[in-house]
Amino acid sequence: MYVAVKGGETAIAHSIDLLADRRRGDRTVPEVTLQQIDQQLSLAVDRVMTEGSCYDRELAALAIKQARGDLVEAIFLLRAYRTTLPRFGDTLPIDTSRMVAERRISSTFKDVPGGQVLGPTFDYTHRLLDFALMANGETAAAPTAPVDASRDLPRVGDILEREGMLEPPPAGDGAPAQDITRQPLTLPAARPVRLQNLTRGDEGFLLALAYSTQRGYGNNHPFVGEIRFGAVPVSFVPEELGFDIEIAEIELTECDMVNQFAGSHDIPPQFTRGYGLAFGHAERKAMSMALVDRALRAQELSERANSPAQDEEFVLAHSDSVEASGFVQHLKLPHYVDFQSELVVVRALRAEVEARVQQAAE
Amino acid sequence: MFKTSPDAAQERRQRWLSVLAKASEDRLESLWKELGPAPAYNVLRRPEIGLVMVQGRISGSGAPFAAGEMTVTRAAVRLDGGQLGIGYVGGRKPRQAELVAALDAMGQTPEWQQKIEAEVVAPLVAEAEARRRQRASQAAATKVDFFTVAREAGT
Repeated sequence: MYVAVKGGETAIAHSIDLLADRRRGDRTVPEVTLQQIDQQLSLAVDRVMTEGSCYDRELAALAIKQARGDLVEAIFLLRAYRTTLPRFGDTLPIDTSRMVAERRISSTFKDVPGGQVLGPTFDYTHRLLDFALMANGETAAAPTAPVDASRDLPRVGDILEREGMLEPPPAGDGAPAQDITRQPLTLPAARPVRLQNLTRGDEGFLLALAYSTQRGYGNNHPFVGEIRFGAVPVSFVPEELGFDIEIAEIELTECDMVNQFAGSHDIPPQFTRGYGLAFGHAERKAMSMALVDRALRAQELSERANSPAQDEEFVLAHSDSVEASGFVQHLKLPHYVDFQSELVVVRALRAEVEARVQQAAE
Repeated sequence: MFKTSPDAAQERRQRWLSVLAKASEDRLESLWKELGPAPAYNVLRRPEIGLVMVQGRISGSGAPFAAGEMTVTRAAVRLDGGQLGIGYVGGRKPRQAELVAALDAMGQTPEWQQKIEAEVVAPLVAEAEARRRQRASQAAATKVDFFTVAREAGT
C-alpha cells in the first residue's frame, strides 16, 4: 500500500528565507561586494574557477558570496550556471612559454634561464597570525626592480628534453581533445581526458592522493621541474573571421613534475613527467594534479600499480566534488519508506532469533 | 586551424581585435566617446554570452586537453557602407563586444582606420605594456640572487 506524503512547502520556503538572512548576517556590518571577494579573496575565486571549470572572476565571486564562502557549494553553483550558456568552440592551445610570469621556480635547477622568481607566495611566511591586518591600515605597493629584456621564459622541461634526459610529452594529432562535459568519461581514459578530470577535481581529494604517493603508496620520486604562475593570452578562431585573435588574458598556474626514470630496450633511461594546470594561482592544486597524473601512468610505464592513486577508476570516478557532494548529501533526503522496509526485516529477524533462543531454553 | 595571412589588412584587423578585446570595458568606452560622433551601424548579432573551451597542452608543449571553459561575449555589426565588424571579448561584456565590433567595422574604412589606430589602439597598447612592465618589475624584485659562500681554505 502506498501512502502519499506531501508537505513541507512552507517550511522549505521559510528555510530559504532563513538561509538568505543568515548569509547577510549582522545588518550593521557592511555587505561584502563582489569586487572585494575578487580582489581580497582572490585565491578562493581561483579555486572556484578551476574546479567550477569556468574562468570568470565575477561569476566565481558571486558564487562564493551566494554560498556563504562554502567553496564546494560555490563550485556547484558555477557548474550549474555554465550549463545555461552556448559553446562557441575551442580555443587554440595556450602557450605557457608566452606567460608573463609573476612567479617561476624550479627545484631541479638552481640557475634556470630567467632565474628563480619567487613572486607572491606563502612559502616564506612564518604562518604567524598577522594582527596588523585587524587594523585598517593601507598596504604599501610592492617593490620593483628592472625587468630583463628577454621576454619568453623557456620551460625547464624543454631544456632537459633537448638533452634527451626527459621524455617528451605525447604529441597531439591536431584535433581538439575529447571533452568529458560532452562525451561521458569511459575507462581506460586517454591522458588528455584524465587531465581534464583532474583539473576539475577536488583539491582536497587530489592533495590526499598526491600525499599518499609520497608516503609510499605508489611512490614516483618527484622533483618540481618547474612551477609558474602568470597571465597568458587566449587565442580563438571565430567562425566569422577564419583567423585567430586574442580574446583575453587569463591567469594560470602550471606545474611540470620530473619523476623517476624509466627505460626499455628501445628507449635509454630518461626521467618521466606529470603535469598540472589550474586557473588562477593554485600551486597546491597544480602540484597535486601533477603527482596524481604521474601516478596514473603506472601501467603505461610498466610499473606495479597497486595503490589507490594509481587506480584510474578509483581516482577519476571519485575526484569530482559536485558528484561526490551530491551523492553523500542525498542521504539527507527522505528515505522513510526504504527505512521502514528495512525496519520490518530487522524486526522479523529479531523475532526469529528470540523464538530460537526461547526454544533452546525450553 | 591556425592561419597566418600575408594580407596586411587582415593582420591589422587581427591585431586591433586582440588589443580591443583585452582592454578594460571602462577604458574602451571612454576612448570610444573621445573618438567623436561614430557612423551609424546595424547590429547584426546582438551581444551574446557563451563559452569557449580553453585548451591546455600536456607539459606545456604536448597533446592538447580541455583545461576548462571561460565566458566570452560576441557581437557583429554592419556599417551603412557594408563593412562587417566582429567582436569577441573574454568575459561577460555585452557593451564591449558591441564596441569592438563597431570599431572593427570602422577600422575597415579609409576615413576611420588611421584615427582608430592612433586614438584607440595605440593608447591601449601602451597602457597594456605599462601594466605588463609594472607586474613584471614587481616580480623581478623577487628574483633570487644566489651568492656562493666559498669555504675557507684550511690553514
